[in-house]
Amino acid sequence: MAVSTRPTTQRERRAAYARPRPGSGSMELWTWFFMRISGMILVVLVLGHFTIVHILGEGVDRVDFAFVSGRWSSPFWQTWDWTMLFLGMLHGANGMKVVIEDYVRRPGPRAALKSTLYMVTFILILLGTLVILTFDPAKGRSTVLGG
Amino acid sequence: MRVPEKIGTVYRGGQGQWSWAFHRITGVAVFLFLLAHIVDTALVGWGPELYNRVVAVYHNPIIRLMEIALAGLVLFHALNGLKIIAIDFFPKLSDRHKELFGIVLGLYIILMVPALYFMGRGFFRSL
Repeated sequence: MAVSTRPTTQRERRAAYARPRPGSGSMELWTWFFMRISGMILVVLVLGHFTIVHILGEGVDRVDFAFVSGRWSSPFWQTWDWTMLFLGMLHGANGMKVVIEDYVRRPGPRAALKSTLYMVTFILILLGTLVILTFDPAKGRSTVLGG
Repeated sequence: MRVPEKIGTVYRGGQGQWSWAFHRITGVAVFLFLLAHIVDTALVGWGPELYNRVVAVYHNPIIRLMEIALAGLVLFHALNGLKIIAIDFFPKLSDRHKELFGIVLGLYIILMVPALYFMGRGFFRSL
Protein backbone atom coordinates (compact mmCIF):
# COMPACT_ATOMS: atom_id res chain seq x y z
CA MET A 1 0.00 0.00 0.00
CA ALA A 2 1.43 3.36 -0.98
CA VAL A 3 1.94 5.84 1.82
CA SER A 4 0.53 9.19 0.77
CA THR A 5 2.28 11.42 3.29
CA ARG A 6 6.05 11.55 3.22
CA PRO A 7 7.67 10.04 6.27
CA THR A 8 9.53 12.58 8.36
CA THR A 9 10.94 10.75 11.35
CA GLN A 10 13.42 7.92 11.35
CA ARG A 11 10.75 5.57 12.70
CA GLU A 12 8.25 6.48 9.97
CA ARG A 13 10.94 6.17 7.36
CA ARG A 14 11.68 2.63 8.47
CA ALA A 15 7.98 1.77 8.67
CA ALA A 16 7.45 2.94 5.10
CA TYR A 17 9.89 0.31 3.93
CA ALA A 18 8.82 -2.39 6.33
CA ARG A 19 8.35 -5.67 4.54
CA PRO A 20 7.75 -9.20 5.70
CA ARG A 21 10.90 -10.73 7.14
CA PRO A 22 12.42 -13.01 4.55
CA GLY A 23 11.59 -16.62 5.29
CA SER A 24 14.26 -18.00 7.52
CA GLY A 25 13.53 -21.60 6.64
CA SER A 26 16.27 -24.00 5.68
CA MET A 27 15.42 -23.51 1.97
CA GLU A 28 16.33 -19.80 2.17
CA LEU A 29 19.66 -20.62 3.77
CA TRP A 30 20.30 -23.43 1.33
CA THR A 31 19.70 -21.27 -1.78
CA TRP A 32 21.87 -18.50 -0.29
CA PHE A 33 24.67 -21.02 0.18
CA PHE A 34 24.10 -22.58 -3.25
CA MET A 35 24.40 -19.17 -4.96
CA ARG A 36 27.82 -18.58 -3.33
CA ILE A 37 29.24 -22.05 -4.00
CA SER A 38 27.88 -22.34 -7.58
CA GLY A 39 29.03 -18.76 -8.20
CA MET A 40 32.62 -19.60 -7.30
CA ILE A 41 32.60 -22.73 -9.48
CA LEU A 42 30.93 -20.86 -12.38
CA VAL A 43 33.59 -18.12 -12.31
CA VAL A 44 36.18 -20.78 -13.19
CA LEU A 45 34.00 -22.75 -15.63
CA VAL A 46 32.46 -19.80 -17.50
CA LEU A 47 35.57 -17.60 -17.72
CA GLY A 48 37.56 -20.70 -18.78
CA HIS A 49 34.95 -21.58 -21.41
CA PHE A 50 34.79 -18.00 -22.67
CA THR A 51 38.58 -17.70 -22.91
CA ILE A 52 39.00 -20.98 -24.78
CA VAL A 53 36.03 -20.75 -27.13
CA HIS A 54 35.67 -16.99 -27.71
CA ILE A 55 39.12 -15.46 -27.21
CA LEU A 56 41.99 -17.87 -27.95
CA GLY A 57 42.89 -18.75 -31.53
CA GLU A 58 40.40 -17.25 -33.95
CA GLY A 59 37.66 -17.16 -31.32
CA VAL A 60 34.21 -18.06 -32.64
CA ASP A 61 35.55 -18.06 -36.23
CA ARG A 62 36.72 -21.62 -35.63
CA VAL A 63 33.58 -22.78 -33.85
CA ASP A 64 31.60 -25.13 -36.05
CA PHE A 65 30.22 -28.65 -35.83
CA ALA A 66 33.69 -30.25 -36.06
CA PHE A 67 34.96 -28.04 -33.22
CA VAL A 68 32.14 -28.95 -30.82
CA SER A 69 32.19 -32.58 -31.92
CA GLY A 70 35.92 -32.75 -31.21
CA ARG A 71 35.48 -31.28 -27.73
CA TRP A 72 32.61 -33.59 -26.86
CA SER A 73 34.74 -36.64 -27.76
CA SER A 74 36.44 -35.97 -24.43
CA PRO A 75 34.68 -36.84 -21.16
CA PHE A 76 36.59 -33.95 -19.56
CA TRP A 77 34.91 -31.28 -21.74
CA GLN A 78 31.56 -33.10 -21.62
CA THR A 79 31.72 -32.93 -17.81
CA TRP A 80 32.88 -29.29 -17.94
CA ASP A 81 30.05 -28.26 -20.26
CA TRP A 82 27.39 -30.25 -18.42
CA THR A 83 28.39 -28.83 -15.02
CA MET A 84 28.32 -25.35 -16.53
CA LEU A 85 24.86 -26.00 -18.01
CA PHE A 86 23.47 -27.39 -14.76
CA LEU A 87 24.94 -24.87 -12.30
CA GLY A 88 24.49 -21.95 -14.73
CA MET A 89 20.78 -22.65 -15.22
CA LEU A 90 20.10 -23.21 -11.50
CA HIS A 91 22.13 -20.14 -10.47
CA GLY A 92 20.46 -18.02 -13.16
CA ALA A 93 16.95 -19.30 -12.46
CA ASN A 94 17.32 -18.65 -8.74
CA GLY A 95 18.55 -15.13 -9.50
CA MET A 96 15.57 -14.54 -11.79
CA LYS A 97 13.23 -15.85 -9.07
CA VAL A 98 14.59 -13.22 -6.66
CA VAL A 99 14.17 -10.49 -9.31
CA ILE A 100 10.57 -11.57 -10.06
CA GLU A 101 9.68 -11.58 -6.36
CA ASP A 102 11.18 -8.10 -5.97
CA TYR A 103 9.27 -6.46 -8.81
CA VAL A 104 6.11 -8.49 -9.43
CA ARG A 105 3.92 -8.08 -6.36
CA ARG A 106 0.53 -9.21 -7.71
CA PRO A 107 0.11 -12.94 -6.93
CA GLY A 108 -1.29 -13.96 -10.36
CA PRO A 109 1.45 -12.56 -12.61
CA ARG A 110 4.08 -13.56 -10.03
CA ALA A 111 2.94 -17.20 -10.04
CA ALA A 112 2.69 -17.19 -13.85
CA LEU A 113 6.21 -15.80 -14.31
CA LYS A 114 7.74 -18.11 -11.74
CA SER A 115 6.12 -21.24 -13.13
CA THR A 116 7.21 -20.25 -16.67
CA LEU A 117 10.74 -19.72 -15.35
CA TYR A 118 10.81 -23.12 -13.64
CA MET A 119 9.40 -24.86 -16.72
CA VAL A 120 11.91 -23.26 -19.10
CA THR A 121 14.74 -24.08 -16.67
CA PHE A 122 13.66 -27.71 -16.43
CA ILE A 123 13.25 -28.11 -20.21
CA LEU A 124 16.61 -26.54 -21.07
CA ILE A 125 18.52 -28.58 -18.46
CA LEU A 126 16.83 -31.70 -19.83
CA LEU A 127 17.56 -30.75 -23.47
CA GLY A 128 21.21 -29.91 -22.78
CA THR A 129 21.76 -33.03 -20.68
CA LEU A 130 20.23 -35.24 -23.38
CA VAL A 131 22.39 -33.72 -26.12
CA ILE A 132 25.65 -33.94 -24.15
CA LEU A 133 24.96 -37.51 -22.96
CA THR A 134 23.72 -38.95 -26.26
CA PHE A 135 26.01 -37.11 -28.68
CA ASP A 136 27.90 -39.61 -30.81
CA PRO A 137 30.96 -38.07 -32.57
CA ALA A 138 31.18 -41.08 -34.90
CA LYS A 139 27.58 -40.68 -36.08
CA GLY A 140 27.87 -36.89 -36.06
CA ARG A 141 24.64 -36.43 -34.12
CA SER A 142 22.77 -37.43 -31.00
CA THR A 143 21.73 -41.07 -30.97
CA VAL A 144 18.36 -40.14 -29.51
CA LEU A 145 17.48 -36.74 -30.96
CA GLY A 146 17.39 -35.73 -34.61
CA GLY A 147 17.29 -39.36 -35.74
CA MET B 1 28.33 20.26 7.21
CA ARG B 2 25.68 17.61 7.52
CA VAL B 3 24.15 16.49 4.25
CA PRO B 4 20.37 16.26 4.68
CA GLU B 5 19.14 12.68 4.52
CA LYS B 6 16.99 11.77 1.56
CA ILE B 7 13.56 11.16 2.97
CA GLY B 8 11.30 8.36 1.82
CA THR B 9 13.78 6.21 -0.02
CA VAL B 10 16.20 3.50 0.94
CA TYR B 11 18.25 4.18 -2.18
CA ARG B 12 21.16 6.42 -1.31
CA GLY B 13 23.44 5.99 -4.28
CA GLY B 14 27.13 5.31 -3.92
CA GLN B 15 29.20 2.26 -4.76
CA GLY B 16 26.99 -0.14 -2.82
CA GLN B 17 23.87 0.67 -4.79
CA TRP B 18 25.66 0.73 -8.15
CA SER B 19 27.30 -2.59 -7.42
CA TRP B 20 23.88 -4.06 -6.56
CA ALA B 21 22.16 -2.57 -9.65
CA PHE B 22 24.88 -3.67 -12.09
CA HIS B 23 24.97 -7.14 -10.55
CA ARG B 24 21.25 -7.51 -11.12
CA ILE B 25 21.23 -6.08 -14.66
CA THR B 26 24.24 -8.12 -15.82
CA GLY B 27 22.81 -11.26 -14.20
CA VAL B 28 19.46 -11.00 -15.99
CA ALA B 29 21.16 -10.21 -19.32
CA VAL B 30 23.57 -13.16 -19.05
CA PHE B 31 20.71 -15.50 -18.08
CA LEU B 32 18.67 -14.47 -21.15
CA PHE B 33 21.69 -15.08 -23.37
CA LEU B 34 22.25 -18.46 -21.69
CA LEU B 35 18.74 -19.59 -22.69
CA ALA B 36 19.51 -18.90 -26.36
CA HIS B 37 23.00 -20.37 -26.10
CA ILE B 38 21.74 -23.70 -24.70
CA VAL B 39 19.24 -24.01 -27.55
CA ASP B 40 21.79 -23.18 -30.28
CA THR B 41 24.39 -25.57 -28.85
CA ALA B 42 21.79 -28.33 -28.47
CA LEU B 43 21.37 -28.24 -32.28
CA VAL B 44 24.68 -30.16 -32.42
CA GLY B 45 22.49 -33.17 -31.64
CA TRP B 46 20.78 -32.77 -35.02
CA GLY B 47 23.95 -33.05 -37.10
CA PRO B 48 26.42 -30.78 -38.95
CA GLU B 49 24.18 -29.10 -41.58
CA LEU B 50 21.76 -27.55 -39.13
CA TYR B 51 24.37 -26.61 -36.52
CA ASN B 52 26.78 -25.04 -39.00
CA ARG B 53 23.98 -23.02 -40.60
CA VAL B 54 22.87 -21.66 -37.21
CA VAL B 55 26.33 -21.08 -35.69
CA ALA B 56 27.34 -19.05 -38.75
CA VAL B 57 25.17 -16.31 -37.23
CA TYR B 58 27.88 -15.87 -34.58
CA HIS B 59 30.34 -14.77 -37.31
CA ASN B 60 28.19 -11.78 -38.22
CA PRO B 61 29.89 -8.44 -37.27
CA ILE B 62 26.88 -7.17 -35.28
CA ILE B 63 26.71 -10.41 -33.32
CA ARG B 64 30.49 -10.11 -32.78
CA LEU B 65 29.87 -6.75 -31.09
CA MET B 66 27.18 -8.34 -28.93
CA GLU B 67 29.67 -11.09 -28.06
CA ILE B 68 32.08 -8.41 -26.80
CA ALA B 69 29.26 -6.87 -24.77
CA LEU B 70 28.50 -10.32 -23.35
CA ALA B 71 32.14 -10.67 -22.26
CA GLY B 72 31.79 -7.34 -20.43
CA LEU B 73 28.55 -8.43 -18.69
CA VAL B 74 29.88 -11.85 -17.64
CA LEU B 75 33.18 -10.46 -16.36
CA PHE B 76 31.50 -7.80 -14.24
CA HIS B 77 29.05 -10.32 -12.75
CA ALA B 78 31.92 -12.72 -12.00
CA LEU B 79 34.21 -10.18 -10.29
CA ASN B 80 31.43 -8.43 -8.41
CA GLY B 81 30.03 -11.84 -7.40
CA LEU B 82 33.39 -12.79 -5.90
CA LYS B 83 33.30 -9.51 -3.96
CA ILE B 84 29.83 -10.35 -2.60
CA ILE B 85 30.99 -13.84 -1.60
CA ALA B 86 34.08 -12.42 0.11
CA ILE B 87 31.94 -9.96 2.12
CA ASP B 88 29.39 -12.65 3.01
CA PHE B 89 31.97 -15.09 4.31
CA PHE B 90 34.11 -12.38 5.99
CA PRO B 91 31.52 -9.82 7.23
CA LYS B 92 34.22 -7.47 8.53
CA LEU B 93 35.05 -6.72 4.88
CA SER B 94 31.75 -4.82 4.57
CA ASP B 95 33.52 -1.87 6.25
CA ARG B 96 35.73 -1.76 3.17
CA HIS B 97 33.08 -2.40 0.51
CA LYS B 98 33.88 0.82 -1.37
CA GLU B 99 37.54 -0.08 -1.68
CA LEU B 100 36.58 -3.62 -2.70
CA PHE B 101 34.33 -2.23 -5.43
CA GLY B 102 37.33 -0.17 -6.59
CA ILE B 103 39.38 -3.37 -6.80
CA VAL B 104 36.56 -5.02 -8.78
CA LEU B 105 36.56 -2.12 -11.27
CA GLY B 106 40.37 -2.16 -11.48
CA LEU B 107 40.51 -5.89 -12.21
CA TYR B 108 37.64 -5.43 -14.65
CA ILE B 109 39.62 -2.92 -16.70
CA ILE B 110 42.82 -5.00 -16.51
CA LEU B 111 41.02 -8.11 -17.81
CA MET B 112 38.80 -6.32 -20.33
CA VAL B 113 41.75 -4.75 -22.18
CA PRO B 114 43.19 -8.04 -23.53
CA ALA B 115 39.68 -9.42 -24.13
CA LEU B 116 38.83 -6.31 -26.18
CA TYR B 117 42.09 -6.66 -28.10
CA PHE B 118 41.54 -10.29 -29.12
CA MET B 119 37.80 -10.00 -29.69
CA GLY B 120 38.28 -6.69 -31.48
CA ARG B 121 40.59 -8.45 -33.95
CA GLY B 122 37.85 -11.03 -34.53
CA PHE B 123 35.35 -8.24 -35.12
CA PHE B 124 37.55 -6.55 -37.76
CA ARG B 125 38.17 -9.93 -39.46
CA SER B 126 34.41 -10.40 -39.69
CA LEU B 127 33.84 -7.12 -41.57
